[in-house]
Amino acid sequence: MTLTFEDFPPGHFGSFGPRHVTREEIIAFATEFDPQPMHLDEEAAKHSMLRGLSGSGWHLGSLMMRMLFDGFIHRTASLGSPGVDELRWLSPLRPGDDLTLDVDVTQARVSRSRPETGIVTFKMSVRNASGQTLVEATSPVIVKRRASNEKA
Amino acid sequence: MRFFEDIEIGQCRELGSYTFTAEAIKKFAAQFDPQRFHLDEEAGRNSLFGGLAASGWHVGSVCMKMLVAKGKEETAAIIAAGGTPAVGGPSPGFRELRWIKPVLAGDTITFRSVVETKRTSEKRPEWGILQARNSGANQRGELVFSLLATAFVPRRGN
Repeated sequence: MTLTFEDFPPGHFGSFGPRHVTREEIIAFATEFDPQPMHLDEEAAKHSMLRGLSGSGWHLGSLMMRMLFDGFIHRTASLGSPGVDELRWLSPLRPGDDLTLDVDVTQARVSRSRPETGIVTFKMSVRNASGQTLVEATSPVIVKRRASNEKA
Repeated sequence: MRFFEDIEIGQCRELGSYTFTAEAIKKFAAQFDPQRFHLDEEAGRNSLFGGLAASGWHVGSVCMKMLVAKGKEETAAIIAAGGTPAVGGPSPGFRELRWIKPVLAGDTITFRSVVETKRTSEKRPEWGILQARNSGANQRGELVFSLLATAFVPRRGN
């Protein structure tokens, strides 16, 4: 069943994962989008502020997107997102991490400009297997409302 | 890159341009954001985007790519001039990311970064903290992407 605006009341929505992340993936993403030594090379990474090979923050953000998709966006009548209000990188992504995504709905309101849609604001948080939070973000998503002739 | 002391508020760095091909859009989307409007031309045309649209995370990642390339260019220029380049630290995050208009297949986005604030770190006195507005505009000069990024930049003589 496709999820619509009505399926996202404020509160905890769900937890998704785990998603395993390999060293090869970290290096492949960094090579294309963020080729800094701390994301590419163990030896150079030892001397960085993050003390060891770590994934690009944009890799972590993109993985969070994929986990959202696999978790529920794939079956949500989503029309896309206008942005991310805030994103905080709290701990580095490491090779071998198993990621879990926690999703809360902080706000759900009907769109004034497009009343057939609603804006659902999600608070997302990705943690590793030892419970450390790696990234936290708040982002609104535009979701279709259930048509008035459809039953709940 | 430059040291904290050498960076001025309002300073603008032109990061260059990147063309989002249909192939690159689909490749990124298949890995990280396989919503149909990022994978299929027809689905893109029938969406709010009006065409095959790049994932917003793809646009942000390309902005990062442009920033890193610019940083390497600046570092090489400082070394060539006999100076000592600074090595930047990690970023604690960003605020106000806006995907203002869709980036469609074939669009060429020109990125820039403008320094908005700078302060020294209380916890780590050898570092400064910058906020920069990173943005991208398409070939028609329309702003498509903007965010306020925070970054650690080393101070001189520590």
